[in-house]
Amino acid sequence: MTGQREERTTPAVRPYVITRGRSGAASPELPWETLVVAVAADPPAGPSGLQPEHRRILGHCQGLLSVAEIAAHLGQPPSVVQVLLGDLVDWGLITTRPPVPAAERTDVTMLRKVLHGLESRL
Amino acid sequence: MVSKAASDQPVVPHDAAQPGAGGGPDPEQHYVRSSVAGAAKILVVGPLGVGKTTLIGAVSEIKPLSTEAVMSQAGARVDRGGERTKTTTTVALDFGRITIDGELVLYLFGTPGQQRFLPAWRELARGALGALALVDTRDLEASFDALGHLEDLGLPFAVAVNAFPGSPDHGEQRLREALDLLPQTPLVVCDAREYRSSVQALIALVSHLINAAEPT
Ligand SMILES: Nc1nc2c(ncn2[C@@H]2O[C@H](COP(=O)(O)OP(=O)(O)O)[C@@H](O)[C@H]2O)c(=O)[nH]1
Ligand SMILES: [Mg+2]
Repeated sequence: MTGQREERTTPAVRPYVITRGRSGAASPELPWETLVVAVAADPPAGPSGLQPEHRRILGHCQGLLSVAEIAAHLGQPPSVVQVLLGDLVDWGLITTRPPVPAAERTDVTMLRKVLHGLESRL
Repeated sequence: MVSKAASDQPVVPHDAAQPGAGGGPDPEQHYVRSSVAGAAKILVVGPLGVGKTTLIGAVSEIKPLSTEAVMSQAGARVDRGGERTKTTTTVALDFGRITIDGELVLYLFGTPGQQRFLPAWRELARGALGALALVDTRDLEASFDALGHLEDLGLPFAVAVNAFPGSPDHGEQRLREALDLLPQTPLVVCDAREYRSSVQALIALVSHLINAAEPT
């Protein structure tokens, strides 16, 4: 078996155009599991920088969803979606719920909660 | 005027046809519960064909989704003024979701283990609780890259042997030696196609994380 299904080489043009050349590498503050939600049901007419891609994202965040889910639904790499979500955060159009912070990830109480959550699914 | 009241209500998306949700999405399942404060993540790692996507599909409350990570290798970055002829290498990553309780959701990211995909791990591994490493006993060596990389990253992990028909039974001790596992690293057998078996593999990992976190 080859790795074909998992690896693809594509021209970088489209993501480059969508983000106007900005790289997602500058957005480590929005990890893939960050949850986001639109502030309003209908995005306002302005600001002028709002592109169709921004509106499509807003359409997908009418409830809480992760950055990864939004990227998958849009068919765009998360690195592109992170840049566009960063714009929407700056414009006050979405709010974010950051991942469980570092101190809690090794906290026994939090981990037990995960354990019990999984056990209750058996 | 921006209305804040709407944000906590689960609203059916304007674009009702969600790609990837066969037979129309259940809006209750599509969005994360509005009471959830934040997410945690676990990586499911292993070589191609070991059963990562199968395991994620077995336990996920949403149909597993696929997204393409751009590997941040030299020359792959899309820079300002980047040339149009530049190419980026992308890796397909499958992921799923489990709601733990009203406050927490867990994401499972399937991460391919071959050496050339390891650069894609860096961003994903940051902030992960730990990893479940899937092993196919018909080809143990195929798992070495992934296991070695988990050790390099310092990410705690459990090993789950995904049993295929005709998989040789090496016996636990020989398997531990072959994979060079620490005595405390959990080693379980699972069938990635089965819900209970896959949840139990995750339970083995989280129990291990608790042991590691508990002051002795
Ligand atoms: N017999 C058997 N087949 C499995 C098992 N897990 C996965 N498979 C099959 O192995 C193939 C590869 O699995 P997949 O989940 O796509 O592997 P991935 O590349 O790691 O995501 C698929 O055809 C699965 O149906 C298992 O536990 N037992
Ligand atoms: Mg897969």
